[in-house]
Amino acid sequence: MAIDRIFKDEASEEKGERARMASFIGAMAIADLVKTTLGPKGMDKILQSTGRGRSVTVTNDGATILKSLHIDNPAAKVLVDISKVQDDEVGDGTTSVVVLAGELLREAEKLVAAKIHPMTIISGYRMAVECARNALLQKVMDNKEDEEKFKSDLMKIAKTTLSSKILSQDKEHFAKLAVDAVLRLKGSTNLESIQIIKKPGGSLKDSFLDEGFILDKKIGIGQPKRIENAKILVANTAMDTDKVKIYGARVRVDSMSRVADIEAAEKEKMREKVQKIIAHGINCFVNRQLIYNFPEELFADAGILAIEHADFDGIERLALVTGGEIASTFDNPESVKLGHCKLIEEIMIGEDKLIHFSGVELGQACTIVLRGASHHVLDEAERSLHDALCVLSQTVNDSRVLLGGGWPEMVMAKDVDELARKTPGKKSHAIEAFSRALVAIPTIIADNAGLDSAELVAQLRAEHQKEGCTAGIDVISGSVGDMAQLGISEAFKVKHAVLLSATEAAEMILRVDEIITCAPRKRENRM
Amino acid sequence: MALAFDEFGRPFIIIKEQEQKTRLRGLDAQKANISSGKAVARILRTSLGPKGMDKMLQSPDGDVTITNDGATILEQMDVDNQIAKLMVELSRSQDYEIGDGTTGVVVLAGGLLEQAERLLERGIHPIRVAEGYEMASRIAVENLERISEKFDFGLSNIEPLVQTCMTTLSSKIVNRCKRSLAEIAVKAVLAVADLERKDVNLELIKVEGKVGGKLEDAELIYGIVVDKDMSHPQMPKKIEDAKIAILTCPFEPPKPKTKHKVDIDTVEKFQTLRVQEQKYFDDMVQKCKDVGATLVICQWGFDDEANHLLMHRNLPAVRWVGGVELELIAIATGLSCLSFSALYFICLLFIWIDSIKKFFYGSSTVFFFLYLPESNVINVFEGGRIVPRFQELTPEKLGKAGLVREKSFGTTKDRMLYIEHCANSRAVTIFVRGGNKMIVEETKRSVHDALCVARNIIRNNSIVYGGGSAEISCSIAVEAAADRYPGVEQYAIRAFADALDSIPMALAENSGLQPIETLSAVKSQQIKENNFYYGIDCNDVGTNDMREQNVFETLIGKQQQILLATQVVKMILKIDDVISPTDY
Repeated sequence: MAIDRIFKDEASEEKGERARMASFIGAMAIADLVKTTLGPKGMDKILQSTGRGRSVTVTNDGATILKSLHIDNPAAKVLVDISKVQDDEVGDGTTSVVVLAGELLREAEKLVAAKIHPMTIISGYRMAVECARNALLQKVMDNKEDEEKFKSDLMKIAKTTLSSKILSQDKEHFAKLAVDAVLRLKGSTNLESIQIIKKPGGSLKDSFLDEGFILDKKIGIGQPKRIENAKILVANTAMDTDKVKIYGARVRVDSMSRVADIEAAEKEKMREKVQKIIAHGINCFVNRQLIYNFPEELFADAGILAIEHADFDGIERLALVTGGEIASTFDNPESVKLGHCKLIEEIMIGEDKLIHFSGVELGQACTIVLRGASHHVLDEAERSLHDALCVLSQTVNDSRVLLGGGWPEMVMAKDVDELARKTPGKKSHAIEAFSRALVAIPTIIADNAGLDSAELVAQLRAEHQKEGCTAGIDVISGSVGDMAQLGISEAFKVKHAVLLSATEAAEMILRVDEIITCAPRKRENRM
Repeated sequence: MALAFDEFGRPFIIIKEQEQKTRLRGLDAQKANISSGKAVARILRTSLGPKGMDKMLQSPDGDVTITNDGATILEQMDVDNQIAKLMVELSRSQDYEIGDGTTGVVVLAGGLLEQAERLLERGIHPIRVAEGYEMASRIAVENLERISEKFDFGLSNIEPLVQTCMTTLSSKIVNRCKRSLAEIAVKAVLAVADLERKDVNLELIKVEGKVGGKLEDAELIYGIVVDKDMSHPQMPKKIEDAKIAILTCPFEPPKPKTKHKVDIDTVEKFQTLRVQEQKYFDDMVQKCKDVGATLVICQWGFDDEANHLLMHRNLPAVRWVGGVELELIAIATGLSCLSFSALYFICLLFIWIDSIKKFFYGSSTVFFFLYLPESNVINVFEGGRIVPRFQELTPEKLGKAGLVREKSFGTTKDRMLYIEHCANSRAVTIFVRGGNKMIVEETKRSVHDALCVARNIIRNNSIVYGGGSAEISCSIAVEAAADRYPGVEQYAIRAFADALDSIPMALAENSGLQPIETLSAVKSQQIKENNFYYGIDCNDVGTNDMREQNVFETLIGKQQQILLATQVVKMILKIDDVISPTDY
């Protein structure tokens, strides 16, 4: 008797070895895809969207690459997801996490082929990850107390992060930019208050961090272009015709003269509103919504600078910088907190006019202006800078630091190897495999730089047998170098997150012994 | 055939369009049904036990779920076969009733079907098989009762509860930190449990998850976590001793539901309307302020002007909070609980039907009706009031919380609102973190299972030993009882005993042990020493004494498994005709 089909048509089921193979292959394919972008000499990828315009993105950022891929393999989706989470959580290490998970699965595949049960591999991996974590925790450096040293740590981290990106030529410059920007946040991880304005033209070197705040808007016609000692009212209110909001209200009149009356009343109302706003004693008014010509004219008459249509983020940042509150009603001028700044002026960057607020009170927000030859360069620069900012802001909170250049991986691998030697049973194979997967990362970094990876990694391993070794791969000179001297550092939090989520994902994929794919939902034909 | 002849020899048709339908009858139907039932059980078989594997499921929309939970696997499997659907239902009902053991119940049903097939081949009538199974299941359930042990636990001694939850969690991917998750689950259940009535309302426990961080970061919050932030960016992020006004009316101009038009035809009218409108906003905010609220939680949105007024009057507010969360907040921030006997309540209903109606529409207080069949009591939980109109705000209707704070996560603009130290700490939230979306989802499911288990123990503190020991013991008891039954049922009862063995067999198989060898060794040990602690040593600890390994399962869970599985198998066996439309 033949077994009936249990599933719906088009649904498929893969079992046991086949399922495992499908997920291994899918995961490794993804890891191999992003592998070449790892390290300071990693290469970029061009992504072309299938949408209209075929827009092109050039990037080196793992998360961005993976996000844009259309993937059908479920195991690969797991990897894409960990990279996305890594991006959200710490911002950097998005490539490393996928590569490490891929390497762990590659090693696991060999073990499974040698007839070791996946559960045994998992328990080995778990022991190994615990051991690796302890190794990292022991070697971690924390310079929180010493402000000077901490700042130099931040500089080093920023430089290390940026060195694998398009900004590596000017990493010194950008690292300084990023560190300054993050230090202004005073411990907050809200990167929203760092505004990045991209203006094509000039070179990357011309990018700068502005002390004050720049709003990408124009000043209304006939209004002062320069205000000293500005008092700013930041508002979110309708400045078009200020409708009556009561539902169902409408104007119904019986003669033309009435229309004129009501129009006059409306104008009067707007005039009143403007008067109320002016009564705050301000000389600059920034609104989130549109400002129509009529009120604009009124403001111009009163010598007030009125800026319309600043988007919500802009308003929020402006409120943060100037210390004003975002107002929507204007009846009690005495109690509304106004924002202050020393100077408002119109500046030119490239061909565009922007409004510049300088000498601000609080300075919790700031603006970075990026310049570059093309949109692609600017986009990539923004992503790189974003990565650096994320890492830095996380480091400000968790100030533990590690050395870079494959150093942490070698430290972990050494301890994990030792654990493997001590552990009886089949698990030790898995633990050994874990250390091999860790070593794969410096190997890939060396390979990507066109160096003799086998030679270098072997030298590195030998170096690491010494106590207190700080050796890592110096990609620039192509040899084993002292990471502490070269000033290559990484944030502990990033490495920690990479280690844990890569293992978690590998474990998850290893545990699967069956893949059931449902029939894809039928798209309704809209034609 | 579905073709009959009347007394004149003319054929007439019983089933319409019968050529278009496929039809299976008699033994063929039973065998086909059994084989599809077995196929479903086979899928789940490898997920059983601490060394069980996971399944990866891709939904019609391409989303990936990785899980080990039987009910979830079957639910997402998108089956087409009718019998397979029955099995899905089976696992779902175990999930609703007990919350754990959803895999085991399907594997057991599979085992029963497999044995039934053999009996059918010998020519035993399916009904006799079904009856034999019924008798055997009774014996098994009685045996479970006999070998069960009472558990003593209290608020100070939660160790036994934790151990049981750990048994549940050990088969999941989260077993790396099963200890801490089990403790969280137990504490959460104890926080909301009513130990006198031995009941737990799991609705009061909310399981929230957020990707990022690691499993170890999971925490228990005595309060509510809402995935929302303050409506105005400059409102305070932390409020102590908050008095919360919970509103279901928007901070917007009134919108009467009847159709109406306000006509403006003179300048005066225009101006009065404007003044009215401003006053309206002002009144709304003032009302909240007047009753002494320090935090407003609203189900709807705010108008810009209202938002600013709130901010200006120093009244932090949260908008767009979903209905379920709103109710939870209401319960957490102030709850009085009334219980009536059911009869009394029904009388009340009749007498007060009008006033109750008014009560409902008037102030729409959250009520939770909880009917407990054993004690014949309906509980009416009355929450901190949800207020539908500003006019009805009074100081008594405000909820209270010790601390409300906003917490941000990661590098993106992700914020959550924690409402803690509530007046009534009986609503708790378990907050789960994990490296990726699938892990977080799976952890939530696992925590749910653990919560159910803890609740079951509080309801009924009897436990049996796990690791297949209970099944082996039942199998021995059923086997021994079989000989006492005369007639064909004897065979069915014996077959039932064999089917019970399928669970420890699957456990052993999944743990990489020799199934037959291990099972027979354990069985003989149980009989020889007359000791029902012996089970399968899945974790390779070195002992198969489950008492030493601290592997416990709840008695009601096990009993339910056997009863449900038997019921479904009986149902499948009784089908002798399958009519289905052919594919077109």
